[in-house]
Amino acid sequence: MEALLSLFIRAIFIENMALAFFLGMCTFLAISKKIDAALGLGIAVVVVLTITVPVNNLIYHYLLADGALAWAGFPDLDLSFLGLLSYIGVIAAIVQIMEMFLDKFVPALYNALGVFLPLITVNCAIMGASLFMVEREYGFAESVVFGAGSGVGWALAIVALAGIREKLKYSDVPAGLQGLGITFIIAGLMSLGFMSFGGIDL
Amino acid sequence: MGLRKMLDDVEHHFQEGGRLQSLYPLYEAIDTVFYSPSSVTRSTAHVRDGVDLKRIMITVWFAAFPAMFYGMYNLGFQANSVMEAGASVAGWHGWLIDLLGGYDAGNLWHCLWFGAVFFLPIYITTFVVGIAWEILFASKRGHEVNEGFFVTSILFALTCPPDMPLWQVALGISFGVVIGKEVFGGTGKNFLNPALTGRAFLYFAYPAEMSGDSVWVAVDGYTAATPLSIVATDGMAALQSQFTWWDAFVGAIPGSIGETSTLAIFIGGALLLITRIAAWRIVGGVFLGMLALSSLFNWIGSDTNPAFNMPWYWHLVTGGFAFGMLFMATDPVSAAMTDKGKWFFGILIGLMTVLIRVVNPAFPEGIMLAILFANLFAPLIDHFVVQANVKRRLARVQ
Repeated sequence: MEALLSLFIRAIFIENMALAFFLGMCTFLAISKKIDAALGLGIAVVVVLTITVPVNNLIYHYLLADGALAWAGFPDLDLSFLGLLSYIGVIAAIVQIMEMFLDKFVPALYNALGVFLPLITVNCAIMGASLFMVEREYGFAESVVFGAGSGVGWALAIVALAGIREKLKYSDVPAGLQGLGITFIIAGLMSLGFMSFGGIDL
Repeated sequence: MGLRKMLDDVEHHFQEGGRLQSLYPLYEAIDTVFYSPSSVTRSTAHVRDGVDLKRIMITVWFAAFPAMFYGMYNLGFQANSVMEAGASVAGWHGWLIDLLGGYDAGNLWHCLWFGAVFFLPIYITTFVVGIAWEILFASKRGHEVNEGFFVTSILFALTCPPDMPLWQVALGISFGVVIGKEVFGGTGKNFLNPALTGRAFLYFAYPAEMSGDSVWVAVDGYTAATPLSIVATDGMAALQSQFTWWDAFVGAIPGSIGETSTLAIFIGGALLLITRIAAWRIVGGVFLGMLALSSLFNWIGSDTNPAFNMPWYWHLVTGGFAFGMLFMATDPVSAAMTDKGKWFFGILIGLMTVLIRVVNPAFPEGIMLAILFANLFAPLIDHFVVQANVKRRLARVQ
């Protein structure tokens, strides 16, 4: 239990997807103009990550890993080269379901997210979490916690960025840096602030 | 008035069409340092107050003076008391010390002069380099040179270790002023504290000169651990055998120039609180957060990590806690703006400071990064406080 808790904390703060690994940058920079939209997207990412990482974990352990198909009578089979393909398929399917769900029940958020909702499919943070899960050999419980934690960390980062950008509406940025340029600088400075967790060993 | 006449005489050079038109912000800055500007708001329904940005900034600047003078004295005292009899400092530092002072640790003037010889070059470098960037941006972008830089410069210089190379000082303040502030449009438009941004940049870029045990006393080859790193490695007992609490409170300990004396910082901080320039809610929040988490850690206890046992009254007097709490966290631009938000903002800083000090083995000191971290969330805290208020008032209407 304690190990899971420290994994959760580590995924949120120490190994923050957005600010320590710089994954999921496209959506991170694009949907951070308004706090409400950022919050919605953040929650969507948390949901997607919490579902996809464990599902991919099951797929990896019972279908793809070396010798995983022993239960079906193929103990020598190693299908892990199909990993990327299967993970992205799972992610795409779950995002599709979520899109339909949001369209039906939360149309305001659906409209605010626009094209970026289907683009969650190719959000590197989501793919990255599944790949980290395989590389670090997480078990099922660990992958649930890791998925939720990295989602919460990413959501926290994008909501904080949206807050800063709303505040900076009143700033006077030089013409050449307006828009994405200053956002990149902000993301870098935020990462400097998140360095406070760098080195914590849980 | 000779000075007024002198300024008026040269003014036409700087106005439109004059030879030095592009340097108008420089002229304007010098003018407003000496005289109040004559332009005031004339429309109706406007609160008029004698406190303007200039007066606020100058007050903060003065409030840092006790810490600065004590820091200079302590810098000399720490170095002189460990130097062998007859030894001297090499290079131009030594030449200047020989010129007007000496190496007697018991002599107030010798210690103060020793400190001045090390601190003033750092401060002058900070000021000249920073103000050059300010003037460059002001003249190119057509805004005024702002007195806020007085505060940034002294806060930055006071958080430097004593024998830091001057080119690093210049680099740090350049990063702080340009990336921390000017790319957003100048004072009031940034979201991080510029002095801390520069300090953090140096901390990660040149860790050898900014941390460790050999940088805190300006004597080559002498190592003195700061109280916080003593606790992190050897525990409270080792700290108490070396310094008493009173030593740490008065400031006779090695550390960054301006942060050693909690007493001197409290004197300056009291001025800020009485004049209401520093928000007491933030200061209270930082203190409460620190108190809560350090007590929790004391209560949990730990056999492997001696820093768990550090009580709150030691957290208060060691490292940069007092300086950060009163001078850095209360920066009105990068802190939370709403009253309730200030509490949350302060508590976040207090919690993070203790968390980094105790749990993170990579950094013995935490207040700098804690404030930067809280700065990131200040706009968000304000947003939610405002939203909650809107919701409550809407409910009242219905």
